[in-house]
Amino acid sequence: MDFRNSVRTWLAEHAPPGGADQDDPVALGKAFQAALFDAGFAGITWPSEYGGAGLSSAEQQIFDEEAAAYDLPTGVFLISMGMCGPTLVDLGTHAQKARYLRPLLRGEEIWCQLFSEPGAGSDVASLQTRAVRDGDDWVISGQKVWTSGAQYADFGALLARTDPGAPKHRGITMFIVDMRAEGVTVRPLRDMTGRAPFNEVFFDGVRVPADAVIGEVDAGWFAAVTMLGHERVSIGGSVRRHYDPLTYANLHALASKLGRAGDPVVRAELVTLYAKERALALFNTRLKQEADAGSPPGARGSVAKLAGAELLWQAVSVAGLIAGPRAVAWEPDDVDGAELATAINATPASSIAGGTNQIQRGIIGERILGLPKEPQADRGVPFRELRVGTQHQD
Amino acid sequence: MRLVLDDEQRQLRSAVRDVIADHCPPSRVRAVIDERGWDQGLWRRLGELGVTGLAVPEGFGGEGAGQLERCVVLEELGRSLAPVPYLASACLAVDAVRALGDDELSADVLPRLASGELIGTVAMPPDTVVANDNGGTWTLEGKTDHVIAGDIAEFVLVYAGNAGWFAVTGSQRCAMLETLDPTRRLGRLEFAGTPATRIACPDPEAVLRAVTDSCAIALAAESVGGMSRVLETTVDYAKSRVQFGRAIGSYQAVKHACADMYSTYEQAVSVLRYAARAAAETPEAAALASVYIGPAYFEVAATGLQLHGGIGYTWEHDAHLYYKRAKTNELLLGPADRKIEALAAALGI
Repeated sequence: MDFRNSVRTWLAEHAPPGGADQDDPVALGKAFQAALFDAGFAGITWPSEYGGAGLSSAEQQIFDEEAAAYDLPTGVFLISMGMCGPTLVDLGTHAQKARYLRPLLRGEEIWCQLFSEPGAGSDVASLQTRAVRDGDDWVISGQKVWTSGAQYADFGALLARTDPGAPKHRGITMFIVDMRAEGVTVRPLRDMTGRAPFNEVFFDGVRVPADAVIGEVDAGWFAAVTMLGHERVSIGGSVRRHYDPLTYANLHALASKLGRAGDPVVRAELVTLYAKERALALFNTRLKQEADAGSPPGARGSVAKLAGAELLWQAVSVAGLIAGPRAVAWEPDDVDGAELATAINATPASSIAGGTNQIQRGIIGERILGLPKEPQADRGVPFRELRVGTQHQD
Repeated sequence: MRLVLDDEQRQLRSAVRDVIADHCPPSRVRAVIDERGWDQGLWRRLGELGVTGLAVPEGFGGEGAGQLERCVVLEELGRSLAPVPYLASACLAVDAVRALGDDELSADVLPRLASGELIGTVAMPPDTVVANDNGGTWTLEGKTDHVIAGDIAEFVLVYAGNAGWFAVTGSQRCAMLETLDPTRRLGRLEFAGTPATRIACPDPEAVLRAVTDSCAIALAAESVGGMSRVLETTVDYAKSRVQFGRAIGSYQAVKHACADMYSTYEQAVSVLRYAARAAAETPEAAALASVYIGPAYFEVAATGLQLHGGIGYTWEHDAHLYYKRAKTNELLLGPADRKIEALAAALGI
């Protein structure tokens, strides 16, 4: 049986019934990840030495395409599988890969990403969380924010300042942190949809061993860029899921249901949306093929993320055109209205999370097109002398 | 489906790029515009290189290559605005002859179209040409506007609404139209009792659709090539032009506009590679290429011109040539609503 058929057959048998209303999404997610592992579909492109399937991105794409038909409970592993795991594959020591990759693939351990801080958003390199060497350990103190999944994560990939005397990019190190360690406090943070998918995380003298460093000490910025590259691809490049109300297909179905599909303006907007959705999907396919041929996407992942966010914003506008006031007020049993409202509320995240559209355009302009940087007031200045965010440093 | 060029296709690209750089630099394009002519020297060289016969089967003296290879050539021609009748002759005429599948006609014209010795074009609706049967011989009446290379083609395939396809040979009565784009000459072919040879085929409308789709993809390929050039020159300018003490490309207002151009261009390339491969399988391919790439080229050309400021608005600068070509490519096959309808039909909505 070829790969696509085996994926299709397996999904038909094992995909749990969809819907976001699970009692315990973490338990369900872990069980499903374990099932993926047993079937050989976990970490499709990861090295087989550490539990991956050792296949190419072509197989990953086939899997993603087939999985798009289902509302799979993979959300709790999105950051683990899409960002932290691939970064460990790229930069981890043999011991780290041997310790962490297999339990992740088997659904036993979940990861979160601890980068952003109240004073370090778009300018992540201005982070203030500190790690101070104490004997064989490092002692971490500070605060992270927007940490998705911290409430159930077992480990985090954390950036901390290890040399405040160096210019900001040069004094950072990436650590593996046990989220259950003494001194870690997780507080949920509500987003504009009213849910609390992310958190504030406080570190108060948290001790981690020397072998928790990912990559090199003071070379954490390189590790961060590696992970952010995976993040952009994972956000922008993901196959659009069939249950997403803002896809062309679902908006067309909604238009038909509401008797709006024959309207010439609605039709034209839907077809234009289709063309843009298709263009982005084809671009993502091309990126994957280039990666297979040996040229990794690098900063081109920013194009996928930027175009993905713009597409969603356009889809929100088409959704409003189709649904009219039903998208802003609906009967309690009107699923379409509720879904659309949720989608409209969630759309700003697409152009903010993982680097705003403005940051992505800067990356494309500077790293791909080679345009000159803005004059940087903080260039070459020791970090401890800089102002950061809206706060003054102590 | 493979959306990345292979080594051979990349070699073809650089060979064509070199030939154009040698024979048709921007100064030559300007000279041809002033003469209101076309570049016969480059055309001969393209013939020698074998690219005019890329899509002609080997049995008829061509290379037997695919749409994808031809798009690589069209991208280079679109990049340089080279004034040669490649779209009309090597694409439309060749594809129409192949779609008609008439052995005698193929044997007669394909080898000469392949070598570039014969220049052909296709006269298509919406204008109506009527064919009259004079007891075994046929004549044509009517006119067709917007015929690409209509003034220099010596072989024209004409679609007559009442009786299908006809071949007309020899110089035509062609009234040149005033054109937005000085590098693309468009004419009105006038038929008044013009003798024509009827080319029988089981489904003339299917041939018309195939040629229209092929034209849409060819225009998209030219457009993608034009976008790549506009992007390059604009980024170079943003790096070298200094205002307020800094290169203008260091300002976010300019840098972000360049990033948007790049994003649009990269997606357009992806659509083109797909459309070139999928054209034979689904009408969605050509319709998608038109709907996405048509406006995308104009957006990129207009942004590029804007980022050049005043110099971009001068006759001397090439920005306006790309701007005009972009609008022409966007509208040549009909207004946006018709393309959207074509894509809607392909999607079954």
